[in-house]
Amino acid sequence: MQRPSGAAAANPPAIELKGINKHFGPVHANRDIDLVVERGTVHGIVGENGAGKSTLMSILYGFYTADSGDILVNGLVQKITDSRHALGLGIGMVHQHFMLVDNFTVLENVILGAEGRFRIAPALHKARAALKALAAEYKLDVDPDAIIEEISVGQQQRVEILKALYRGADILILDEPTGVLTPEEADDLFRVLRTLREQGKTVILITHKLREIMAITDNVSVMRQGAMVRTLKTADTSPGELAELMVGRRVLLQVEKQPSLPGKPMLEVKKLTVNDDRKVARVKDISLTVRAGEIVGIAGVAGNGQSELLECIAGMRDPVSGEIRLAGDKISLRGDDGGRKARLAGLAHVPEDRQRMGLVTSFEAWENSILGYEYTEQFGRGPFLDIKAARAHAEERIKTFDVRPPNPRLKTANFSGGNQQKIVLARELGQDPDVLIVGQPTRGVDIGAIEFIHKQIIAMRDAGKAILLVSVELDEIRSLSDRILVMFDGRIVGEADPAKATENELGLMMAGIAATGGETR
Amino acid sequence: MDWPTIISILAATLRFATPLLLACLAGLYSERAGVFDIGLEGKMLFAAFFAAAVAAVTGNMWLGLLAGLGASLSTAMVQGVAAITLKGNQIIAGVAINMLAVGLTTFLGQSWFRQGGRTPPLPQGGRFLPIQLPFAAEIGQIPYIGPLYANVLSGHSIFVYLAFLAVPITAYVLYRTRFGLRLRAVGENPKAVDTAGIAVNLMRYKAVVVTGLLCGLAGAYFSIAQGSGFGNNMTAGKGYIALAALIFAKWKPYPAMFACLLFGFLDALQIRLQGVAMPVIGQVPVQAIQALPYVLTVILLAGFIGKAVGPKAGGVPYTKER
Repeated sequence: MQRPSGAAAANPPAIELKGINKHFGPVHANRDIDLVVERGTVHGIVGENGAGKSTLMSILYGFYTADSGDILVNGLVQKITDSRHALGLGIGMVHQHFMLVDNFTVLENVILGAEGRFRIAPALHKARAALKALAAEYKLDVDPDAIIEEISVGQQQRVEILKALYRGADILILDEPTGVLTPEEADDLFRVLRTLREQGKTVILITHKLREIMAITDNVSVMRQGAMVRTLKTADTSPGELAELMVGRRVLLQVEKQPSLPGKPMLEVKKLTVNDDRKVARVKDISLTVRAGEIVGIAGVAGNGQSELLECIAGMRDPVSGEIRLAGDKISLRGDDGGRKARLAGLAHVPEDRQRMGLVTSFEAWENSILGYEYTEQFGRGPFLDIKAARAHAEERIKTFDVRPPNPRLKTANFSGGNQQKIVLARELGQDPDVLIVGQPTRGVDIGAIEFIHKQIIAMRDAGKAILLVSVELDEIRSLSDRILVMFDGRIVGEADPAKATENELGLMMAGIAATGGETR
Repeated sequence: MDWPTIISILAATLRFATPLLLACLAGLYSERAGVFDIGLEGKMLFAAFFAAAVAAVTGNMWLGLLAGLGASLSTAMVQGVAAITLKGNQIIAGVAINMLAVGLTTFLGQSWFRQGGRTPPLPQGGRFLPIQLPFAAEIGQIPYIGPLYANVLSGHSIFVYLAFLAVPITAYVLYRTRFGLRLRAVGENPKAVDTAGIAVNLMRYKAVVVTGLLCGLAGAYFSIAQGSGFGNNMTAGKGYIALAALIFAKWKPYPAMFACLLFGFLDALQIRLQGVAMPVIGQVPVQAIQALPYVLTVILLAGFIGKAVGPKAGGVPYTKER
């Protein structure tokens, strides 16, 4: 993105970022980010989870320090070293996970960090009056004496906004503000944001929901994989275009495959509802069927309930309601041993996050290659592990899956991402499951390994397995799937034939705008 | 049980409750800030030893007190560095302090004074003496009510009054001041404190300093006020009882006072009951009576307090970056 920077000193942009870089260990979270946010506008920043939006804003707020690059606030270069400094510059932030002290009152939270003198009574008094004024000005009513943990999430968010305004914020950053809100609460938030804009405040809205961008923003910047892709006027763009920019148009990896020959239903999900850890429904009344010998792909922008759906089917997360059938038999995967029950029922799971759920990275490769199956007779004699058998098995798996280096005694952390993923796949596919659930099979995996992994998945299909695939890579979904289901906001909003549906059509469905046979909001 | 006996048990209750209360409030500051402190015991023991050692050598109780405070404060800082800056395990750091204190005080005592780890008896002026409240003698003449003033409230060392004065002060500081607000916030949600522009670790260090000072008072009380000189392991697990009282009181100052009074009362009662023949069961062995406060601690903690939820961020060192 290139734009004349606000050199005109008379009216500089509220925020200007130049060449921001940030690494977390080997992860390049922000690469050479340039951004201009005009005063008195609502500026949207979109991108998938992990695109680097939150990191960028945390840098602006002084929570992290950039490795390199400049931050200009109102035309002046600033070194923002901590949150206090950012607040002093009039930058307030409403974090995705609220920064509130749960057992404090609203007032106590508002004055925290701005208490004035030793005694807090005067500050409480002043805040009470200020809150009243702010409530009248922005229609942000909250009971100042309510305890945070006793009020609704929507109310808590108001407290966050009030906190920022009370401390004189002129530029307000909201990180995924609607993720935890009900639709009504979200509409209410937008009304508040419009009022803020009318009063001359600048608002930066981080989200991955295109509906919100179209509804409220003046300008929108798209981020992908840590880089700023483009900045557009919201009026000049369309959700379809934004979806494309977000997901990224990549060379279609051509996967050779024959038409599928679906057999009988192997995995049936009926009216499944699943909550996340914060007890917010993320999967809403979903039904789907996967037949033997077919790959059903679930497309969707990350964070629309795919993770919770996968975890529930794999027995890692209890459903609120609904049922799961394997080969026609209803199964219950509730409880802490749900994952094992699923395995015993012939279901293998390649989790989305291999390092967090798929592997113990401090283990040697052979240990990981039997994890989850270590109790089977193949690897054990009573309470003892048959280490010889396990290592031999690992060696064979490593050869079959071309894991490099082919050393079963190497610590898993020392393999590259792609080879770690092969270790997981080798383990899960090696147990000859009837149903395979695969999440983000090629996330962070290099091109060569992607091709190999795709071939293995197709081979499983041709061997008559039922495969459910979830990926945020639309290309991957399109090239592997025999049927595509599009997930948005916890629901299946459409079904598409990968041979016929265009990327644009899918993008619109993923944005929750056009839907076939699903519900739109 | 006659009235004079009750009076003397009540007076003893205050004396026994004092170190518990000081230690309990000490723990309150640091735990409210999110730093678990299982090392109250060790800090008190260090303070008791150094207070007695200095008071014995110099004959000056104030120098003794200063030494006690200094010993406890330095120990607290060591623990603070381990738990806050180095992000070590707070339980382990506390346990290490406790074990070190038992060994080191005896060792230093033996090599300095050669009396089996004890310090010599304190000379004149080396010990804090009881204070008579005004008109104690006159009011004491009033039947029944008089002794409550003259013999229960009056006649304690300055530590006792300080300990009970520390309760309203702590309540005020905790709920009415900037320091208290930040202290409580940092123990509940340090990230919120950080985003509000307050240095989390500095705040925790401040709390640990207060803890060190209060533990110093508690320790000095043992050796240069209640007793006269240091004896091996003279705190005898009171630091743990104080911790139990803190949990029992759900980390609140006034309930902490009542909890400490209860434990103090059990201690006082225990001494009275030794050698007394009880109805039906007859004379109970001394050991069983001595175990009473501890047994009750277990019962109270296990059954009577309901769910004791401590500060949410307790025991977790604060890390800013992922």
